[in-house]
Amino acid sequence: MTPDALTGGFSDAPVQSAHAFRASLEAMARPGSLHTLTGAIPPAPLSVAAGVLVLTLCDGTTPVHLAGAHDCAPLRDWITFHTGAPLVGAAQAAFAIGTWDALQPVSRFAIGQPDYPDRSATLLVECATLSATGPRLHGPGINGTAQLSLPETAAFIANRAQFPLGFDCFFTAGAHVAGLPRSTIVEAL
Amino acid sequence: MTAQDYNFAYLDEQTKRMIRRAILKGIAVPGYQVPFASREMPMPYGWGTGGVQVTAACLTPDDTLKVIDQGADDTTNAVSIRKFFQRTAGVAVTEATDQASIIQTRHRIPEAPLTEGQILVYQVPIPEPLRFLEPRETETRKMHELEEYGLMHVKLYEDIARHGTIATSYAYPVKVEGRYVMDPSPIPKFDNPKLSDSPAIQLFGAGREQRIYALPPYTQVVSLDFDDHPFVASKADHDCDLCGAGTSYLDEVITDDQGGRMFVCSDTDFCRARREAGHVGRLGTPAPSLEAAQ
Amino acid sequence: MYVAVKGGEQAIDAAHAWLAEERRGDPSIAELTVPQIRAQLALAVNRVMAEGSLYDPDLAALAIKQARGDLIEAVFLIRAYRTTLPRLGSSRPIDTGRMAVIRRVSATFKDLPGGQVLGPTFDYTHRLLDFTLMAEGETPPAQTRPAVQPAGQGPVDVPHVTAFLNRDGLIQTEAASDTPPPDLTREPMELPAARPLRLQALTRGDEGFVLSLAYSTQRGYGRTHAFIGELRIGSVAVELEIPELGFAVEIGDIELTECETVNQFTGSKTEPPQFTRGYGLVFGQSERKAISMSLVDRALRWKELGEDFVGAPAQDEEFVLMHADNVQATGFLEHIKLPHYVDFQSELELIRRLRAEATAAQEAAE
Repeated sequence: MTPDALTGGFSDAPVQSAHAFRASLEAMARPGSLHTLTGAIPPAPLSVAAGVLVLTLCDGTTPVHLAGAHDCAPLRDWITFHTGAPLVGAAQAAFAIGTWDALQPVSRFAIGQPDYPDRSATLLVECATLSATGPRLHGPGINGTAQLSLPETAAFIANRAQFPLGFDCFFTAGAHVAGLPRSTIVEAL
Repeated sequence: MTAQDYNFAYLDEQTKRMIRRAILKGIAVPGYQVPFASREMPMPYGWGTGGVQVTAACLTPDDTLKVIDQGADDTTNAVSIRKFFQRTAGVAVTEATDQASIIQTRHRIPEAPLTEGQILVYQVPIPEPLRFLEPRETETRKMHELEEYGLMHVKLYEDIARHGTIATSYAYPVKVEGRYVMDPSPIPKFDNPKLSDSPAIQLFGAGREQRIYALPPYTQVVSLDFDDHPFVASKADHDCDLCGAGTSYLDEVITDDQGGRMFVCSDTDFCRARREAGHVGRLGTPAPSLEAAQ
Repeated sequence: MYVAVKGGEQAIDAAHAWLAEERRGDPSIAELTVPQIRAQLALAVNRVMAEGSLYDPDLAALAIKQARGDLIEAVFLIRAYRTTLPRLGSSRPIDTGRMAVIRRVSATFKDLPGGQVLGPTFDYTHRLLDFTLMAEGETPPAQTRPAVQPAGQGPVDVPHVTAFLNRDGLIQTEAASDTPPPDLTREPMELPAARPLRLQALTRGDEGFVLSLAYSTQRGYGRTHAFIGELRIGSVAVELEIPELGFAVEIGDIELTECETVNQFTGSKTEPPQFTRGYGLVFGQSERKAISMSLVDRALRWKELGEDFVGAPAQDEEFVLMHADNVQATGFLEHIKLPHYVDFQSELELIRRLRAEATAAQEAAE
């Protein structure tokens, strides 16, 4: 186990995870809106925001998949030590973490079952930056339309077409997070 | 029992994570009932344990909590739940709808419009809108999967055939974003229009039945009806006898054994605010100020 | 003047104070202690442990005291406490074949290896009120007691009766499995349920409900022709695997009641006829519950054993599992005491309008 696996967690988990959940709830409930997550110092290449999401949502009952450069020993150890989440292949993952490119093809991830659409993966997509620009979003949670700097549009249009099945995404960059549930209709501008 | 013996907001962190994951999936699939491993709470099933667990999973120490039952802040169960969170989470509480960041409710949506940043948490007894038509979970789950909602329309239409109108006055079923038929909890159908396009997040918790579902803000929620029998949000045809409001949902109060009765706002905060602003109904007197009341 | 329900908080505080006073009862009578309840109302303690899903006789006794003897309320107190406890680990499966039995009877064999042990049972007591107890007289000690052998000390093998039948292929074999069972207290109930989940639900289900369902199968609503192959009560060791040590250590003993029924045989052209089984396992000396559980378990196995669904309540998994829990049931039942005047008001308006319309239509017709 690498030394910094033991550090970088929450110092006051009940309160920090409560704040983090509220920000992530707002992010998922208002697609395209940007929020800040703080309190975790995960090893590279995991962003602070994604680290906070992991500490807030993952535990021994949620299999996690690490994709690409995120599948490295320091991060594996950190997640194992702080959450006890089993590290698994893409198809079994409740949460998958990586850059958009590393997560490809996203058709590998669980989209739920017709009678249990909730049994689907949540992707934590690590981005260089996040901003309210780019593809247009509308649907539940959005008053009119919103914009979000998504890495592409075709995959999200295809994901929406499977509704109520589909994966859900958090996009993270530094301490910033935005949400994109499967219910959002994405249009290229 | 001292509050210090328990974790912040009572639930342990693992339980809160499990509930939080269910809430997020509920948000992602509006109107779909997400199964969750509801815990035994220190209050009985049927008394708001689902709402309490959802509230506990959402609360931060910075929140201001309002709890209402039948629209009122001072009914015994609302008092009891509010006290529970004061004790276990140390949060600020309020009766003023516009001061609250989280509102837990049983059977009403407040009269004052909700705003962005607010969360309305509903206590739900029977989350399955099809339950009274089909008692088996295994069947109703299949009906939701296949969008087979014909049985519900048949039931509503039978009402019309028998009574000339749809004879469901509360827990009136709705369709969310054109996909899932949802039980809005036993709110009067008067409140149904407020479900749709709300700036607030609406979360529904059914503890005994182990289901959580959600309406993100600005979600389209339509009360089921027919072209020739459109949905009508109805209330008692009176004004509030205390504050004179003509647009709020009213409770009927029997005042004597001679048939005397009066109608008062079920939303006690709405009524208080109006009376403080100088509105006086048929039998009302100007209200003491809130500070004096506290 | 309208005063309505203001003052809910004072009303609650006053009710709690009154409740505490009523719980204590007449202060001139000595207060019941928790050890007294634990020792002298042990079967009530057992029921609270079984339905509360927590093996802790002291806390169960405390819950009974606090609940003024209302056992469902006591079960609820235990459940609400239990749910706050962290999970430190899972024990290894207990081995009831190594139970230190205080009671063991079989209705299918006159005698068997290990012997029949009647134990502390009401079975052959004459149900005559014992007025010496009222006079607080002493009961003479039992003349002979079975050699109580603490679990884990020396070989205490008491073979299961069904194993004798199994050796001859006369009873259907239960396949061993290392699959971790689902946990009803940590995962939402999912239907259809596998047998491990059904058994969990039954063992913590309400004794009265499970009893009545079992009784209904005996009277023909899903009859399974059950005999008690074996009923045993005693203590077994609980062992916990310690990963740091690499082996399991004994962390204590629990008292259990286990019941295995031998039921009507099934068979087909390819399978010769065999007896089938029902199983019950309950905390403490809880034999009525264990027997009931094994009958209901057997009735629920109709599909797996190739029987017909005859529409009996005890065969209906969803009906049984969704209604067996008395904490859920009593909560929902009693919640109708809560105010419902908003819903009622909406019904009042509707019925007034319907009546007005009906009256108007009638008058128009006349």
